[in-house]
Amino acid sequence: MQINNSLSPEKKTFASRIRNSFAQLPLLAWLCGVLGAVLLERYLGDPLTELLGLPKIPALFGAVTILKKPQLIPGTVAFLFLIYAVPILVIPRLFGSILNRLVGRLFHLSPAMSVAIHLGLLYLILSLWADVSGYRLLTLKLTLIAIIVTLSLNVINGYMGEFSCSHPGFLALGAYTASVFTLFFFVDDKVFGAAFLPKFLGPFLFPIALILGGIVAAIGAIAIAIPSFRTRGDYLAIISLAFMFIVKSIIENLEFVRGPRGLSSQPNYVDLPTVFIWTVAAVWIINNFVRSTTGKALNAVRDDEMAADAMTVNTRRTKIVAFLFAAFWAGVAGGLFAHVLRYVNPGTFSIQKLAEVLAMVYFGGLNSVYGSIVGAVSLSLLGEALRPLEIFKWIIIPLLLILVMIFRPTGLIAFKDFDVMKLISPKEKS
Amino acid sequence: MPLLQIKNMSHDFGGLRAVNNYNLEIEPGQIRGLIGPNGAGKTTIFNLVSGIYSPTEGDILLNGKSLVGLKPYQIAAMGLGRTFQNLRLWRHMTVLEHVKMARYSKINYGLLGAFFGTPKRIREEAEIEEKAHSLLKLVGVADLADQIILNLPYGAQRRVEMARALATEPKILFLDEPTAGMNPEELKQMMDIIRRVHRELGLAIFLIEHRLKVVMELCEIIQTLVFGEVIAEGSSEEIQNDPKVIEAYLGKETIL
Ligand SMILES: Nc1ncnc2c1ncn2[C@@H]1O[C@H](COP(=O)(O)OP(=O)(O)OP(=O)(O)O)[C@@H](O)[C@H]1O
Ligand SMILES: [Mg+2]
Repeated sequence: MQINNSLSPEKKTFASRIRNSFAQLPLLAWLCGVLGAVLLERYLGDPLTELLGLPKIPALFGAVTILKKPQLIPGTVAFLFLIYAVPILVIPRLFGSILNRLVGRLFHLSPAMSVAIHLGLLYLILSLWADVSGYRLLTLKLTLIAIIVTLSLNVINGYMGEFSCSHPGFLALGAYTASVFTLFFFVDDKVFGAAFLPKFLGPFLFPIALILGGIVAAIGAIAIAIPSFRTRGDYLAIISLAFMFIVKSIIENLEFVRGPRGLSSQPNYVDLPTVFIWTVAAVWIINNFVRSTTGKALNAVRDDEMAADAMTVNTRRTKIVAFLFAAFWAGVAGGLFAHVLRYVNPGTFSIQKLAEVLAMVYFGGLNSVYGSIVGAVSLSLLGEALRPLEIFKWIIIPLLLILVMIFRPTGLIAFKDFDVMKLISPKEKS
Repeated sequence: MPLLQIKNMSHDFGGLRAVNNYNLEIEPGQIRGLIGPNGAGKTTIFNLVSGIYSPTEGDILLNGKSLVGLKPYQIAAMGLGRTFQNLRLWRHMTVLEHVKMARYSKINYGLLGAFFGTPKRIREEAEIEEKAHSLLKLVGVADLADQIILNLPYGAQRRVEMARALATEPKILFLDEPTAGMNPEELKQMMDIIRRVHRELGLAIFLIEHRLKVVMELCEIIQTLVFGEVIAEGSSEEIQNDPKVIEAYLGKETIL
């Protein structure tokens, strides 16, 4: 906002004109634009890389290529422009008004169907994009899981306004519970012996493994919630931090899950549709919760607990329920994580993981589903893209965070309702 | 049976006796007033009844049931609504959300509804919203429903706080200096609102006021509290002419 003020008047009108033309296009038009881009990459990507003298299709928008081989910058930029920028800017413009009418028709017919179509299109885009390389697929899966983790932590640190450090602990509980479940029942391995159940059942019973992971994480959360939310005061930060370290060292000392060496060879159950469906489910359910009056009670407790209490809100119950709910989703995410990497060890769930998740929450924006999505996606991709910089990555990302904290103390997109109906509704001409 | 009955209630803050041997009976539909100089213990009485503090001695009965030891949210759900002397609003929430929130204890859709957006939840949320709109209309801020509370002028914030307290469906409403910091115009409007609320919802009101003019006009019976003790109780005439009250208020411009 401050930045806009400093712009010269004609630039301001130019910027607002652009913003207006963006605002008039429905989400479907943008999805079609991105779909065009990924299709173009799929069919023209290889010939174009040859033409531009690039070794292969840039995996993460060319960041790695640019940082490693500066002489390839012009080629990479040209590639990005032709493959991504052109279709994303042109297709929505060309078909915007037709698509807007279509969206309107759909919306009146059945909003649920419209949501399904949008999600289907989004899935198509992601799967086409990830199809280019195994590295992209892995990055995408981990990014989707990061969305669940970030959003669930936002419930505590954003919506409820407490400061919790226990998320790596919940992730670990979920990851180990789900891993033990699948390894015990469906895998012949050294640790748990022969598979207990027919292997073909595995993928069907995998949701149970994840839900169990979530439940175990939520049970762990009780150990934090009961002492922390008994009285007013800032016990949560300390108790939850202790919890994180305790979980890690317990697992390190548990020989039946191979202590610090970790568990490996989890079955390959988590393909892209699985992560996608679980991420959509998590976002949908968490968003439902935080937008209900029951969930808004978290905001009331955060902004003025005494007033919430006087307005019939059972503040302690509200806090405990939300805390367990968030832990549950972190546990589910942990289970997914373990089965994407197909390896976990206790070292993964330490203070560095905590820093990563906290950064995503505070960078993206407190009290906001959009914010958590933006924070998780941008920091996951940035983390990968800056990998060639090695140690400097750990300077650039914190610097970026500090800048955001200075100019937008609550994060990029904070305190914004995620209204799906508004998102899929047709745009009015202004 | 009186709606609210306070018997021999005392409260100590450390060595300071803030309220001493306080008694009160309020009948359904009555408007009562409580006046007294700064630090007399008026807000403390409100906090004791609404469960923020627990009295050192004495008992509080609402509809014959003791409130001592109950949590504020339980007392509120039993029919005691209140506002605060220094507005206590939720800075990131809209006006409508404020009023909807006060329906918390009346929500029946449970966690299942909160997580999955069941038809029951959609229906109940719509009902709550309608109720909230009608209360906002009653206090005259219906057009501000979607504003963030901090964007409202002070007088409007006070009205929202009133609507929020009414959304808990109180049998008795506690108002802690509802006209504090208001200009004469806002003051007159607030008094109209209090009268309207009393008339239309038929609830009992217990009012703390600094300005005698307001209590004198609104209340049937007034208590005067000084240093935690009631020094006079009666109709506005009786209070006005009571030498002890005059002495307590001597040198204060707030008198009439
Ligand atoms: N939480 C507390 N801890 C210690 N002392 C308190 C506390 N709350 C109030 N007091 C003291 O109790 C006395 C009564 O305070 P109270 O707020 O009830 O007065 P009041 O009549 O509401 O005054 P005012 O007109 O200024 O609002 C004062 O001396 C005050 O300092
Ligand atoms: Mg007071």
